[in-house]
Amino acid sequence: MDAGALLDRYERMAVIRRTEKAAHDLFLQGLVKGTTHLAAGQEAIAVGASAALRPDDYVFATYRGHHHALARGATPEECLAELMSRATGLCGAKGGSMHLTKAATGMLGSYAIVGAHLPMAVGAAWSARLRGTEQLAVAFFGDGATNIGAFHESLNLAAVWRLPVLFVCENNLYMEYTPIADVTAVPRPAADRAPAHGIPGEVVDGNDVVAVEEAVGRLARRARAGDGPAVLEAETYRHFGHSRADPAAYRPAEEVERWLKHDPLDLARGRLAELGVGAETVAEADERARAVVERAVAAAKAAPPPDPREALTDVWADGGAAWRT
Amino acid sequence: MADLITYRDAVAEGIAREMRRDASVVCLGEDIAEAGGVFKTTTGLLKEFGPERVWDTPISEQAIAGAAMGAAMTGMRPVAEIMFSDFLACCWDYLANEIPKVRYMTGGQVTVPLVVRTANGGGLGFGAQHSQATENWALTVPGLKIAAPATPADVIGMLAAAIRSDDPVVFFEHKALLATKGPPPPPGHVVELGRAAVVREGGDITLVALASTVPLALKAADILAGEGIEAEVVDLRCLVPLDAATVLASLRKTSRLVTVEENPYQGGWGATVVSIVADEGFGLLDAPVRRVAGECVPLPFADALEQQVVPTVDKVVTEVRGLAAY
Repeated sequence: MDAGALLDRYERMAVIRRTEKAAHDLFLQGLVKGTTHLAAGQEAIAVGASAALRPDDYVFATYRGHHHALARGATPEECLAELMSRATGLCGAKGGSMHLTKAATGMLGSYAIVGAHLPMAVGAAWSARLRGTEQLAVAFFGDGATNIGAFHESLNLAAVWRLPVLFVCENNLYMEYTPIADVTAVPRPAADRAPAHGIPGEVVDGNDVVAVEEAVGRLARRARAGDGPAVLEAETYRHFGHSRADPAAYRPAEEVERWLKHDPLDLARGRLAELGVGAETVAEADERARAVVERAVAAAKAAPPPDPREALTDVWADGGAAWRT
Repeated sequence: MADLITYRDAVAEGIAREMRRDASVVCLGEDIAEAGGVFKTTTGLLKEFGPERVWDTPISEQAIAGAAMGAAMTGMRPVAEIMFSDFLACCWDYLANEIPKVRYMTGGQVTVPLVVRTANGGGLGFGAQHSQATENWALTVPGLKIAAPATPADVIGMLAAAIRSDDPVVFFEHKALLATKGPPPPPGHVVELGRAAVVREGGDITLVALASTVPLALKAADILAGEGIEAEVVDLRCLVPLDAATVLASLRKTSRLVTVEENPYQGGWGATVVSIVADEGFGLLDAPVRRVAGECVPLPFADALEQQVVPTVDKVVTEVRGLAAY
């Protein structure tokens, strides 16, 4: 990857990191209701994978999906407005943190029932096959999702139909509050299960945006060529707890320290330095990211709440909610 | 007599008509292709439309429902079969949490034009896990349309409407009706979802029925007519959209109401109909409303036991006689 491309990836990750920090701060200010599942620390997977995809590919994500929405074309302003229950939110404030969707750019939703979206990605890939578009579908999911039935049903169906779908597991070592190893019989919860379904299972450093982009690009080319689905297990770590109420005190200090030193932004900065990109150039990228998110926060704060009448729209395709004649 | 078509063959005919007119209609499900479906409701589809449009799946109900959803979100009109309606519980997340909510929670960005077909109801001696009438399950979920035809013509016409609908439709085909026959509808026949049919006119009492209970109510009406009681029979056809207007209009004529449903009394659709009548039609009533419904037990195996717990002609006749004398 050349310096220009890497600087682009770096800046995208910096925007996500700052947006997540803003979401955290806005929550503490009482401006974000409900809960959030921040993805700070996992930016390289969303950015690396998205950079390897075509703009018309489909992405399905989880309740921890801010980074995927942002990587797939949602702006910090519309994401933060959604979290802050504003009319300008990505989903008109009907979705919230766990349901960021931008269908126009192929971000087909974040789903908050663990693993539920994996079959949807299989269906989108099936649809692409039927329409002959060579589009790919990607399902991002956590390590916890590998223990639900839909994970196995999806891998099998995708394999038996040889569909162009990538299953990208963000293994951040914890199934909510519990170490994934405590509740899983194999060491690589996604990659180790893939061969049982006739699918290649690879492991990548999920904090290295270059490695993620390369791996997703290779598996995407393979799937588009008709060679079927693949599983990519990206090892990563979340900087915050599972959700906003979780200080993550269950994680050993030594483990936290080790992973914080393996930060995706630091890694990218190191690679940029190796490619001869000066510190001031990186600082300019950081400044642009800071300004974008600062403007987004201000705009979202200034936006109005949704019209209460919107509560009774959008159940049906005609825009309404009438259930009887 | 002109050629008749069975309810069973009407299912395949209804799907085929839509597949001929719209290339985005595709089918998936267990045993639906080469085998033609365990109830032979998809016979001939593979031969006419080929393996690119008629897909056999593994026994993976979550994957069937989820894949249908993903395909519907991205430009196709999938018709998914869940073999027995009892098995909807295996993919209930998709029916309860995913398919009906995605349009709303994305602020209208996503449309899910799919049909989930399933064989519903008792009467064939399949025991407790293959015999339930489960349309009331779907009724508890905002965002699902619910169709349950009673005749071959309605199967074809309502399938056309369901497949063309931009909203998700759960389509209940009743097992006990599969072998029944009726005239085939003309080409282009579409029965709009949410339009009940008055299938027998009468001035003394309104019987509201759905799917298998429609012929049952008609038989009861014939018996009652011999006793001088004229029952009007309303076939609801759909639970969502619910044609409450037709029920209330009938009640204006008859002043008496009995609902006849196969799902359990506990949480059954008759309760919704009756609550609307209590809210909006109380002044029209000359007698209490009554519900003939399934007992709140799992469906037993033996015919002699099953007849004790599902609606029967005798139960309807008895209930109506009581109300007529009220």
